[in-house]
Amino acid sequence: MAKQTSKAPTASSKTASTTPKKVAPRSRAKKVVSENSFPTSLELNVTFDTYPAGAYTHKDLGLSVDDVLSMYRNMLLQRRFEERAAQMYGKQKIAGFLHLYIGQEAISTGTATAIKIGLDSIITAYRDHGHGLALGMSANECMAEMFGKVGGCSRGKGGSMHFFSKEKGLFGGHGIVGAHVPVGVGIAFAHKYKEDGGVSIAFYGDGAAGQGSIHEAANLASLYELPSILVVENNHYAMGTAVDRAFAEPEFTHHAVGYKMKAALVDGMDVFSVCKAMQDHVALARENKPSMLEIRTYRYRGHSMSDPQKYRTKEELESKKNEDPIIRLKAYILDNKMTSVKALDAIDDDVKDEVKASVDFAENSPVPDLSEIYENIYDESNYPYLA
Amino acid sequence: MAILQYREALRAAMTEEMERDSRVFLMGEEVAEYNGAYKVSEGMLEQFGPKRIIDTPISENGFCGLGVGAAMAGLRPIIEFMTFNFSFVAIDQLINNAAKIRYMSGGQFNIPIVFRGANGAAGQLAATHNTSTESIYATIPGLKVIAPSNPDDAKGLLKSAIRDNNPVIFLESEVMFGWKGEVSDEKDYLIPIGKARVARQGTDVTIVAHSKSYWIAMDVADQLALEGYSAEVIDPRTIRPFDIDTVVESIKKTNRCVIIDESNPFASISSEIAYQIQEKAFDYLDAPIIRITSKDVPAPYAKNLIEYYMPQAKDAYDACKRVMYVQ
Repeated sequence: MAKQTSKAPTASSKTASTTPKKVAPRSRAKKVVSENSFPTSLELNVTFDTYPAGAYTHKDLGLSVDDVLSMYRNMLLQRRFEERAAQMYGKQKIAGFLHLYIGQEAISTGTATAIKIGLDSIITAYRDHGHGLALGMSANECMAEMFGKVGGCSRGKGGSMHFFSKEKGLFGGHGIVGAHVPVGVGIAFAHKYKEDGGVSIAFYGDGAAGQGSIHEAANLASLYELPSILVVENNHYAMGTAVDRAFAEPEFTHHAVGYKMKAALVDGMDVFSVCKAMQDHVALARENKPSMLEIRTYRYRGHSMSDPQKYRTKEELESKKNEDPIIRLKAYILDNKMTSVKALDAIDDDVKDEVKASVDFAENSPVPDLSEIYENIYDESNYPYLA
Repeated sequence: MAILQYREALRAAMTEEMERDSRVFLMGEEVAEYNGAYKVSEGMLEQFGPKRIIDTPISENGFCGLGVGAAMAGLRPIIEFMTFNFSFVAIDQLINNAAKIRYMSGGQFNIPIVFRGANGAAGQLAATHNTSTESIYATIPGLKVIAPSNPDDAKGLLKSAIRDNNPVIFLESEVMFGWKGEVSDEKDYLIPIGKARVARQGTDVTIVAHSKSYWIAMDVADQLALEGYSAEVIDPRTIRPFDIDTVVESIKKTNRCVIIDESNPFASISSEIAYQIQEKAFDYLDAPIIRITSKDVPAPYAKNLIEYYMPQAKDAYDACKRVMYVQ
């Protein structure tokens, strides 16, 4: 039975007879507005964990040599796949928008290494090739999708920006900036509702961090205590607008404070730093403690294929290339004598073959039959209803 | 047959479906502890608990997106808008995500979700609180749109909407929430989506009208009957997919049609219905179709202006006489 507040504070007791009785809410304890607790000052004292580059070894993360080599191969696959995709765009085999992830591969691979693929869920924006390949989607289905062929992961209906894989737990590939983040929180809601132990990780760019949807999603994730991680991949430019030209508070970890979420700053040029941050925050999410991560990264290519990149200097770009996450991991592997240069070259050759084969697959996959235009709109097959 | 208010019929539909399927939950502003802004969900928190009847902050984009994600991940959300006027701050989630993700994923993800709440004008609320949203949502492939006019249809169609594997926009009415009507006692009472109801048989003129406008149509039919004219009234019930066949069959008999639609007239549902009639029944028409709609202005506040704004029974009556060439 609902309980009434027993004692009104002195200051308001004089008017108690004329004010309505407050009934304690049923489902969650709440503050009652009339408490005489107006503060004389407010303090905010918050510190954030950081995950710098070079701070972790593979052993710290519980990874074997094979795991590390597999991560290396995975990052290289994303890199070679996109280099080839850019070529194919030049040949007009791929149309529409093509946003390359080159430079950011440590984030996708570091995350995929830290989660349970098949149980956990990933959702991201339109720069989605890396996440798809990191989760184990085939180069074939990804390349064919960009070629607009039925062999594509979305049957040629989504293109570069809309990779989906129900099997691998990739919930897209989304083109409207920030719109998918509440969806990611909804997937977290479902994990908790079903009690399946899964977590949902929603990636978005620094540009999206200004969208209201992100802030609504953060509030809901924290309010409902969902197994959710919101991750801003800060590559410093929203298309051509640098972060400090777009945000009154460019420290994205600070955004989490208003939502009482744990936050951390991660160097996204080191796959081990990403992996460690994800391990830690996935573990928290499994206890229904949501968090927000800022991962600082850098995209080496333009926003899309038509970007003249006048907003940054060549010197800046070159200096960032020294931090290339693939070169860093390669150096780590060789420094730790995990394998030979020759063996790494063999991995590269193998990846190149896989990518080349994906182009052949995409070329040979048929274009969708015109009847396909009416497929997959509704669950029923008798569409169009208005024929 | 039980006599239920429109809101009680909606509640009965949700309650039965939640008892039947644990994946169904209700989320929205004031749906739980407040018992619903319009008391549609009264008592449901008591019955189902806070896990399944969930209050939200005023955050439509956030909780609609949450619903879409939950639906992609295997749940069956019912998302309540206090009114559909507020759906516009979440329209991206409805139009870009709910409606299109299935297609863009090549059919990998179903989005079984119902967005429901009051639609259309509700008196002196001024322009932002009086919008008829039918045509805005019905133009989007991937959505279904339902607008029941009475408690029986409200129950049978909401149950079908909750079981549907697609996103459904379910348009109710603030004005009608308290209206009473007979509701079937049948267990698992499901009315198929996309089937119109011939509410009144007639031979001289067809009146097509949904939601509140349906009641204007019935009044006009009564008046015409006093003068010896027989009007057939069709309530489409579902806006998309639209049951044009039932309308065409009626026009083959009456050769005349008046459409009453509370929406603003430009590019409205009545425009679409009139187009489809001329496409499929041109040779059967003996007179141009006349539409009776709201005025082509934002809804005003002043009492006399909002009354003038709404579709008028007198105008509908006159329109019927005109298409019958008796005026």
